[in-house]
Amino acid sequence: MHTAILFLELGAVLLGLGILGALALKVGISPIPLYLIAGLAFGTGGILPLATSEEFTSVGAELGVILLLLTLGLEYNASELVTSLKGNARAGVVDLVLNAAPGAITALLLGWGPVAAIAMAGVTYATSSGITAKVLSDLGWIGNRETPVVLSLLVFEDLTMAVYLPILTAVLAGLSFASGAIAVAIALGTVSVVLLVALRYGRFIEAFVSSPNSEVLLLKVIGLALLVAGVAQQLQVSAAVGAFLVGIALSGELAEDAQELLTPIRDLFAAVFFVFFGLQTDPTKILPVAGLAVLLAVISMITKLLTGAYAARRAGIAKAGQARAGIALIPRGEFNIVIAGLAVAAGVHPDLGPLAAAYVLILAAFGPLAARVVQPFITAIAKRA
Amino acid sequence: MEVEQTALPGIGLRHEFTTRSGRRIGIVSHRTGRRDLVLYDPDDPDRACETIKLNDEEADALAELLGAPRIVQRLNALHSEVEGLVSLQFPITPGSPYAGRPMGDARVRTRTGASIVAVVREGQVFASPAPDFGLLGNDVVVVVGSPESTSAVSDILSGG
Repeated sequence: MHTAILFLELGAVLLGLGILGALALKVGISPIPLYLIAGLAFGTGGILPLATSEEFTSVGAELGVILLLLTLGLEYNASELVTSLKGNARAGVVDLVLNAAPGAITALLLGWGPVAAIAMAGVTYATSSGITAKVLSDLGWIGNRETPVVLSLLVFEDLTMAVYLPILTAVLAGLSFASGAIAVAIALGTVSVVLLVALRYGRFIEAFVSSPNSEVLLLKVIGLALLVAGVAQQLQVSAAVGAFLVGIALSGELAEDAQELLTPIRDLFAAVFFVFFGLQTDPTKILPVAGLAVLLAVISMITKLLTGAYAARRAGIAKAGQARAGIALIPRGEFNIVIAGLAVAAGVHPDLGPLAAAYVLILAAFGPLAARVVQPFITAIAKRA
Repeated sequence: MEVEQTALPGIGLRHEFTTRSGRRIGIVSHRTGRRDLVLYDPDDPDRACETIKLNDEEADALAELLGAPRIVQRLNALHSEVEGLVSLQFPITPGSPYAGRPMGDARVRTRTGASIVAVVREGQVFASPAPDFGLLGNDVVVVVGSPESTSAVSDILSGG
């Protein structure tokens, strides 16, 4: 009986997500906001609460985070990360300061305390590399001359995450300053060691993992990622970062094959993850923070536009391209929810989850739309100039 | 002319240059093997106003179309630098005794001292063809040698 209900609930949810995904595809927006809304509808205080499958979705959501970060790491190789760190450090720091500030300041003004401020800084900082990559390719912006600027900012953000997530994990665990510092030192050490190993000895890892059989390759990659994630979690370094580092260590053809194999599994569990976050958020709590979320969204749209303009101008891009770089950076998505999810699980503040959900809902939906709507205007302005 | 190369993290590489008339052209090489031919907007030089996706086969065809006449030009340029050496190109007429026969049958190098360095067939260049390379009517052969020997090759291939 239990299994039957579990299947019924899961089937209904996944089928519903599929239909929502098709809808998102038609309208041309990211499906992430729709997944979140679905989660809100089914969760506590929603229209149709799910009871039985909560346990499965909770484990599925954790897997979703691991797979999201693993596939993100697979997109880059270590030498790309190092080059882009060297060449764009200044723009990257501007991005960090300008975009972490709105979240942190909001949390402090609301009196949520420093821990919530660190979490909210992450929520407003990170651009969704998944949504932005899709916007760039959908709008034919990949060939654009400002695109390398945007991409290297995304790389910089992802690397920053590798340092930020362990810090957040340590802070959320309520570690004392000393043991928190140790956790962060371990994290930084691990990140450097993995980067070094990937740069120097990447081929040994690849020789171990690689297999002409896709089944074997899939099992080895996921197994390795979960093992490293588990060890990282044990060391208080954040499981997600462990998986990200495994992805970076693998490169070349192997990474492409692995990515191809992992993408469908990641899509399934990532959808579960977004739903799970929605499930945990009480929709009735969103309305009171909706105004705040809109304000925060508008402010952080402006800060991303400024970031894009600054970084593109440094690269010698003209006005129109500067505007496009900023617009491409607006979407927020998976990372922001991952961060908010960690903070919610640690019970930082009851309003943090609803605020983050509303905020990401707005920017994940509006970011791609803004790019689509604004493009002709920018072209017109460029023509007149 | 300067070709600029930019890394696109997570995607691949982009090469671009500006033509003498001021248009900017780029090629985005995706890691997946896809190539995009990109033309930039003259009004907004950072924007790709046309992106043409090319698969392996199409990219090869485009490269050959653009490259074939260039190879002959480059050969000419090369040989004008070496005194007494010329390169000549001429078609194999369908009525030539060697149309449809292996190139080696003409024993061009033994008889004249000149060499056939390339055969161009329907826009495709076959560089340094081997003696068993089959010549066909309407092929264009590129011959390198002294002025006398190259014209002797022309005589042989057209009927002698």
